[in-house]
Formats: sequence, C-alpha cells, structure tokens
Amino acid sequence: MSGLSLRIRLRRDRSLLLMTVPTVALLVVFNYVPLFGLVTAFQSYDPLVGVGQSEWVGLYQFQRLFNDPLFWGAVGNTLYLSFVQLVLFFPIPIALALLLDSVLSERVRTFVQSVVYLPHFFSWVLTITIFQQMLGGAGALNQFLRTNDLATWDVMTEPGTFALLVTSQVIWKEAGWGIIVFLAALAAINTDLYEAAAADGAGWWRRMWHITLPGLRAVIVLMLVLRLGNALTVGFEQFLVQREAVGHETADVLDTFAFYYGIATGDYSYGAAAGLFKSVISLLLLWGANKLAHAFGGDGLYRR
Amino acid sequence: MTDTLTTDRPSSPVAAAKPVARGRKRNPRRPAWEEPPTALGQAAKGVPLGVVLLAVLGPLWIIVVTSLSTRAAVNRAGGLVIWPDGLTLEAYRQMLGDPTVRTALLVSLGITLVGTAVSLVISILCAYGLSRPRSVGHRFLLVLLIITMFVSGGLIPTFLVVTGLGGYGQWWALILPGAVSVFNILVLRSFYSETSADLIDAARVDGAGDWRILWSVVLPTSRAVTAVVALFYAVGYWNSFFNVMLYMPTESERWPLTYVLLTYVNRGNGLPGSINSGFGTAHAQTAPLSLQMAVVVLTLVPLLLVYPFLQKHFRTGVLTGAIKG
Repeated sequence: MSGLSLRIRLRRDRSLLLMTVPTVALLVVFNYVPLFGLVTAFQSYDPLVGVGQSEWVGLYQFQRLFNDPLFWGAVGNTLYLSFVQLVLFFPIPIALALLLDSVLSERVRTFVQSVVYLPHFFSWVLTITIFQQMLGGAGALNQFLRTNDLATWDVMTEPGTFALLVTSQVIWKEAGWGIIVFLAALAAINTDLYEAAAADGAGWWRRMWHITLPGLRAVIVLMLVLRLGNALTVGFEQFLVQREAVGHETADVLDTFAFYYGIATGDYSYGAAAGLFKSVISLLLLWGANKLAHAFGGDGLYRR
Repeated sequence: MTDTLTTDRPSSPVAAAKPVARGRKRNPRRPAWEEPPTALGQAAKGVPLGVVLLAVLGPLWIIVVTSLSTRAAVNRAGGLVIWPDGLTLEAYRQMLGDPTVRTALLVSLGITLVGTAVSLVISILCAYGLSRPRSVGHRFLLVLLIITMFVSGGLIPTFLVVTGLGGYGQWWALILPGAVSVFNILVLRSFYSETSADLIDAARVDGAGDWRILWSVVLPTSRAVTAVVALFYAVGYWNSFFNVMLYMPTESERWPLTYVLLTYVNRGNGLPGSINSGFGTAHAQTAPLSLQMAVVVLTLVPLLLVYPFLQKHFRTGVLTGAIKG
C-alpha cells in the first residue's frame, strides 16, 4: 500500500478527506484560532482595534490577577469544591454499581438504571430549579417545616453549606450516569473466579476484596486521573445559576471568574489571563495525575 | 389399606431428603456458589435502592402533580402538591397561550432540530472519513481532533472569535461554535471501523464509492449508535442557555425555553414581553406555582418522549467512546 505515490493515494482518498473538511474547519475556527487568541492575555485588548493593534503589556494582567483577592477567592473555592466533590461524589457511582450488579432480577436492574440515568440529561437550570422547589425557601422541605411549626431553613441561599449543596446536586444529576463504566468493568470480571473462591471457602467480603475490587482497579484509577486532571473544573453553569442566591464570595469559581471579570465587565485581557492560568495548571495536573497512575502500575490516560 | 401405607413408608425419607427444608425457593438466577440470601442482606440492598429511586422520582412526581393541580389544591397544600387533589390542565392552557413561552418553545425546537442535524451530519461524515484504515492523513487528522479535547483557548478567546466574525445576535452563534463533539465523533468512528470489511469490499467491487458505501452499507448497520449520538447532541442543544447569555442576552423574543425557565421560574422574574398577555398576572412578582411547574414539565417533555427508545443503547455509546478514545 505504502508503495503507492502520495498523488495516487490522495486521489484514491479524496472523498474521505472531503468528508472531514466541515469538522476540521469548525475546529480550526472555534478551537485552534482561539488558542492563538490567548495572546490577548499579554495585551491590553481593545475590541475596537482587535488583537493585531492592541497594546502589548507583557505580564501586567497576571500581576493584576495575582494581586486580586477575588481571584484567589475563586481559586480557593474551586479547590475546596473539587476536594469536597472528590471525597463525597467519587465513591458513590462505584457503590451504586456494586449494589446494582448484585441485584439478580434483570427487570429491577433495567428499571433502576433507566431512572438513575435520567437526571444526566437535565440541564443545570432544570436541576437547580428542582432543588429549589424541594429545598428552597418556598420549597417542599420548608413547607413541611412550617406546617409542623419547626424552624425553617433555606438551603439554597446558605453560604455555609453551599459546598454540600452543590455536591449533592452533582450526585443527584451525575452519580447514576457515572455507574455505566463501573457496571461494564464488573460485567467483565470472570465469574469462574468467584466460583473457585467460594469453593475454597471465601465469604462475601473476601470475594469482594480479592476479586471484585481488583477487577475495578483499572477503571477507578482512570476515573481518578481524569478527576484530578480536571480539579480546576468544577462546573460552570451550576455556579452561574446560583451565584445570585449565595453571593459571589461563595459561588465564584475559576470559570465563572473569567466570565464575570472578563466578559461581563469588558476587561477581556484580564479574563483571558485567568483562563490561560487555569488551562496551564490543568494540563500540568493532568500530566501529574497520569504520572501518578503509571507509578501505581495503572494505564492512566495512555500507556507508558 | 394399612398394609399399603406401611409399604409406602420407605419412600418418604427419600422425599424428605430433597432440599425443601429451606422454605423459600432458590432464585434460579443466583449462581450455585453464592450463599442463600439473608434478610439483612436483602434489606441492605433494597433500602438504598428505594432511597435512590425516591430521590429521583419523588421531586419529578411532586412537580408534575403540582403543575396539574387546581388553584384550590395548591392553596390547601400551602404550596407544592404531593397527593393529587383536584386536577386541571388550566396551567398548561394558560402557558401555551402565552406568546413568550410559545416563542421560546419554537426557538428551542428550532435550535435543537437544526443544531442536531448539522452536528450529526458533519460528525457522521468526519467519523467515516477517519475510519478507513491506511487512508491518507487520517492519523494526523485524528490527533488534530483529540488535541481539542484537552487544550482549549477558553471562554474569552472563543467569545472574541465569534463576535469578531459578527456572531453577536446571530443564530449561528448558538450552534456552530459547539457543533462538533470530538467525543461523539470517536464513538461513531469506532463503530464504523468495526463494520464488516467484507461487506465494504463487496460494495467496492460492485463499483460503490465512499459516499455510497457510507450511505448504503455503514449507516444502515449502525442505526443504534447514530440514534444515541443524535440524542447526546439534541440534549446539548435543548439544555443550552449560556451561549444565549453570551450572544443574545437582551433579545427576549429569541430566548429558548431553558433561558425562560431560568429567568421566570428560577429567579422569579416576570416574563418580558407578556405584559398584555396576563401571563402570571403580569404585574405580580411571582406567577402561580402551577404555571411555573408547567414550564418545568414542558422542558422535560421532549426528553421523556425519546428517552425510552434510546435508553438501552447508552452503554454502547458511552463505553466505545471511553475505551477506544
């Protein structure tokens, strides 16, 4: 095959290449050109004259950024929320998958799956509206508290428990969808192993510890790598929608920071600097997490 | 008579030795090596599953019932209605009679249909274009695609590009910047790569070109994955509201349903442009609860309509993308 000259191969594959043109064009315009647009982070961008004519200011935007308490507040919120989500969210899909996998009835399994996958397809606006109706000031919870003469508690506007609130929203929306990969890994475990172990007298706990969990190890490590690599991404729309209710000190994360102090104020270069900061740190995190996975003998995102 | 009884005796110990002593019939699906279920173990499974189901379905039930309740029922319940107590379609009639909601519904449907069609067509073409082994440049193009999954210019440079191209206030700004999902292309591509090579070779011998092969061989054999990818795209468009905030924040007559949900139900603002319609009694700050819940249900309906047909294919779609990607 490779003996053919490039011209002949180009002629042979011209329809295939033509088919990729729309996608490649869109990616170039909306993904690659913006990559070069990151140079605005080193400018004082003026929309009237564009990237070409705007003044170069070197690291000025980053100096501003690193002296901005609001920026460090957003960094702190991002890391804190990421940590809370890692601890509280991460184990739940695994536990739910184990639970579901142990259910014998096919009908029950299918039904539970279709129910728990559903919220994954809801928008954040819808999810938060549902939470508001259940837990908000006029919601079902407080309706119940009021009719029973108990103290009311508006969960939706309470900054102190905001991290728990948004994590429970993520759990409600995504934990069900998250079980898919774990269910597949469970289905791939050879059942002969269980039979042999049971014949040797291994009880439920020992089978879980020596067969099931090792069988899930590779997937768990992969998901952990992805989660750590995305530690600075905790969701955008979720915080955008709830910022008014709890205030910016609590709800601003890195992504919303770039929006509110970059686009909404017209301070584009400042927002771009915040975005670039986040991208660079995220790539480093992803690389580091992958190294960690290799160190523990997993595959990570790619094989060594 | 007694004689026959005594002769029967010897057989009864054999019958007693059968494993009927366990009281309950063994579930034939339970593997032979597994221990018999205990009441505690069953409860440890059943209770969490019940809680999970209730957590998802409970709120949806309350919202649907409230949207169908009469004003009297809502007043009696002091807000949300849990048990149906006087049902009416009044809220839905009032909602669909409102110009803002009607327009928003049309806008949402339009964006979703057009966007999904655009995304699906270019994704299918690209996935097939990259799925033939040994074709020129497919490795390079694949890398070009995958890089965008990990590196991006971020919000502001993208915003500047779209507005720089004159996208502010344009419909295409809501569709094109996010029209390509590399993840979905990888899902499709891994399916196309697995399409029987014999089938494709046979078509080629018959003189079919790549367009023909894609249309009459590959597409008909991958309907399920096409449907799942279409659903992923459609849900993305139906749920999107942030690009509206970015590119047409002031033009309320072009808002999709999700954005109306945000401003009207979530933030409790009155609906713009409906001062004369009497929607939510216009001058009042908050509209009746049933009406708000009807808007919530309206955003849910399209999803619930297609969901049952596609639900069984999710696993295939998610896993091939995750593993092969």
